[in-house]
Amino acid sequence: MKKPIAGGTNGAVVVALPHPGTRRARGLTRFLESERLLASLLLAPTVVLLGTFIAYPFVSGVWLSLSDTSVGNVGHFVGLKNFAKAWDDSIFQQAFRNTFFYTFWATIFKLALGMWLALLLNRSFRGKRLVRASMLLPFIIPTVLSTFAWRWMFDPTFSVLNWLLFRTGFIVNKIPFLSDGVYGMWCAIVVNTWRGMPFFAITLLAGLQTINPDLHEAASLDGANGWQRFWHVTWPLLKPVTLVVVVFSIIQTFSDFQLIYVLTGGGPANATHLLATYAYQVGVATGLLGEGAAISLFMLPVLFVVVWVQLRYLRRLEGA
Amino acid sequence: MAQVLLKDLNKKYDEVHAVKDVNLHIRDKEFIVLVGPSGCGKSTTLRMVAGLEEITAGEIAIGDRVVNDLPPKDRDIAMVFQNYALYPHMTVYDNMAFGLKMRKFPKAEIQKRVQDAAEILGIQDLLKRKPRQLSGGQRQRVAVGRAIVRHPQVFLFDEPLSNLDAKLRVQMRVELKRLHDRLETTAIYVTHDQVEAMTLGDRVVVMKDGWIQQVGEPLELYTKPSNRFVAGFIGSPAMNFVDVGIQGSDSSLTAQGTGIRLAIPPVNASQLGPYKGQRVTLGIRPEDLHIAAGGDQAGYVFDAVVDVVEPLGSEILLDVKAGPNSLVARVEPTVRLKVHDGVRLAVNPDRLHFFDMTSEKAI
Repeated sequence: MKKPIAGGTNGAVVVALPHPGTRRARGLTRFLESERLLASLLLAPTVVLLGTFIAYPFVSGVWLSLSDTSVGNVGHFVGLKNFAKAWDDSIFQQAFRNTFFYTFWATIFKLALGMWLALLLNRSFRGKRLVRASMLLPFIIPTVLSTFAWRWMFDPTFSVLNWLLFRTGFIVNKIPFLSDGVYGMWCAIVVNTWRGMPFFAITLLAGLQTINPDLHEAASLDGANGWQRFWHVTWPLLKPVTLVVVVFSIIQTFSDFQLIYVLTGGGPANATHLLATYAYQVGVATGLLGEGAAISLFMLPVLFVVVWVQLRYLRRLEGA
Repeated sequence: MAQVLLKDLNKKYDEVHAVKDVNLHIRDKEFIVLVGPSGCGKSTTLRMVAGLEEITAGEIAIGDRVVNDLPPKDRDIAMVFQNYALYPHMTVYDNMAFGLKMRKFPKAEIQKRVQDAAEILGIQDLLKRKPRQLSGGQRQRVAVGRAIVRHPQVFLFDEPLSNLDAKLRVQMRVELKRLHDRLETTAIYVTHDQVEAMTLGDRVVVMKDGWIQQVGEPLELYTKPSNRFVAGFIGSPAMNFVDVGIQGSDSSLTAQGTGIRLAIPPVNASQLGPYKGQRVTLGIRPEDLHIAAGGDQAGYVFDAVVDVVEPLGSEILLDVKAGPNSLVARVEPTVRLKVHDGVRLAVNPDRLHFFDMTSEKAI
């Protein structure tokens, strides 16, 4: 034990010495002061959660896809057989094409309409906050619920849309909204756009609000008209935000399940199946867990590429 | 190059009347400065000239054209913003070229003009950089460059130096003045800094609460302020004000305040005659106060107590109390005085200002 520094008169130099009773507390303090240990401690809950709910299901999904597991039957390793089988399956091919088609058009519409809405909402007008808040409604209503409402509107017999178009004289024959494959696909795209547009609008609006309004004034003094101001000032500055939203949306739309499941169930005649709904049909409804897992894993490389492109592009923007 | 005419200009927002009956004739090639405290309507006036604010009533003419209904791009003006408003995603070159590109100038012409402007401003080496790679002063130069490449009829400056640090502000102020001498383009410059206003302006317009208080050359505003507001706003440290009563006979009027009694100099006597028996505001600039010496006439001295001593090197600012009145005197740096010392101060009798108590107008 250290002694007080010599030389001081009694009481002049006070040196704090460890109190015997605080030894245990000091052990804990020392433990918490070690950055490495503290870091592991703080990260542990996250690692456990991610491991249990993301990594484990993912790994077991990969395992399933490589096995012939089905309901009630412990599977054996079969290599890439499931993937090969899916690749040759015409319904899978249809679902694969559908997923791209659905993702492509829904994202385009969401971006275009979301941008338009964001630009409108970025102006000053009475009741701005109310409109902005109510715009989020499609986004916060549970998908299953709102899709049921849409399904009712597209119903072959009771479709309010058909009734409206018929009464206003736009059509003479009922439109087979969900009973025709092509119409069904476009209906799904419409509903997805309706549901996803607010997310685009709100995020882009947030992006727009970070743009200094002086830039627009400067541009209008520089001789730019409305469209040129958008193209030369707003759009370049909004690009990073737009890219993030688009990638988010692609990921969600590409793996969409609820909407199709409720609206068409993949029908008619598998015409509106997406990878997720077909994987569910094969894996869960039919019970062929291995094959279902293989189908859903086809999504992985596509999404991987999307994320990679985004990260690369964002890094380039930051570096520029 | 052109003159600018503002006629009965008014701006009303929902509840605020921001600009009131502004009439101003800005001459060709003139550098005019609008100055006033924040909220005085100076920026709004400028933005109406730019076309960024709608005009509630009145008329603006640039050159021979009334521009009330013209959009900003057709007014042949260029503006420098307080926060520079450079396009962050464009290089310095593109920032400066943007206005010319929008107006479909040939490429060679654009290049020539940008090069010329860059040379004038000393930013040739920065043309390939992005704004965020520039310092505040460099950004300011680019913003000015973007304005001058257009060869507009009028330059508008909206507090362009207020984001710079003090040293750079002084330097840019000199550069702007030199630039104006060289380009001879009519310029309207808004600032809240009276030093900037005095040093830059051919004429200065002092505004308050939407009204023009006085228009004049810098020294005219300083020596002959038309009212108490202008007197207090122009000059640093500000003019001292003392409430006094006018007493005595016509031949020897005195200004009697609490703790201060001064003779009224003959130059002011005739105007102050009608105020006999009334109270007025006496204004004395700090530099018109000095330590009394033998040569000072008895009527123009008073006693005070030193409250604060502020040595500035080239001069000393003495904050003194004369009765309840606080005054600032600007005295020689050789003066040795301490807090609580008594001091006898003398005024310069030719430089006293008097203001009506109610109208606040100069008497």
